[in-house]
Amino acid sequence: MNKRSSKVILVLSLFTLLSACSSMGVKPWERDVLAREDMALDSAPMDAAFDDHIYFSKEASSGGQTFGGGGCGCN
Amino acid sequence: MLLRQKIFSVALLLTLSLSSQAEEWLSKFDLQQYQGQVVYLDFWASWCGPCRKSFPWLNEMEDRYKKDGLIIVGVNLDSDIEAAKRFLKNVPADFRVFSDPDGELADQYKLIGMPSSFVIDRNGEVRHRHVGFKKSDIDSYETSIQELLKEAS
Repeated sequence: MNKRSSKVILVLSLFTLLSACSSMGVKPWERDVLAREDMALDSAPMDAAFDDHIYFSKEASSGGQTFGGGGCGCN
Repeated sequence: MLLRQKIFSVALLLTLSLSSQAEEWLSKFDLQQYQGQVVYLDFWASWCGPCRKSFPWLNEMEDRYKKDGLIIVGVNLDSDIEAAKRFLKNVPADFRVFSDPDGELADQYKLIGMPSSFVIDRNGEVRHRHVGFKKSDIDSYETSIQELLKEAS
């Protein structure tokens, strides 16, 4: 591999980074699978809510543990 | 006696015609189809809680403003259309619905949440939008519809 082609490869690989995080995550309208009961991380929603409450109280920040919210854009 | 029978049969016909009201699935969606009319575009899905709450209100709007040129289109974003059909059995829709399983329209309108609604004027311009469905805001939703219906194309 000569210098020039390695430069081309470097530039091309840098281009792939341009998309950054634009395609990351689940879009608000793509949550049908996540919303299914069998996709819940915990079979007891009350337990999950309780754990989540302790988590964000200790962390002093909410979110991050799971992808909360119902997709209505309110949290 | 005869009168009573007549009244009964009219009542029966009315109930039959009301109960047979069903949603109409569009085979394609194109704003051009509704040039000169006000279009209320509502993005919904069977797994979306507030959508369930919004349907009775949407039916009311359809009933109230259909004659003035309001077109309500509910764009469904379920990847499985059967889920949408099951939802409609419980929560009927008296307006047009369109299936967008790959979210092409959702992408185009850049939804940030569900449900999302767009009120489009007679010239095809999006003039109002709101995310979510709040009972406390239904008056302002309705006002936006009324305003655009008043405008000439």
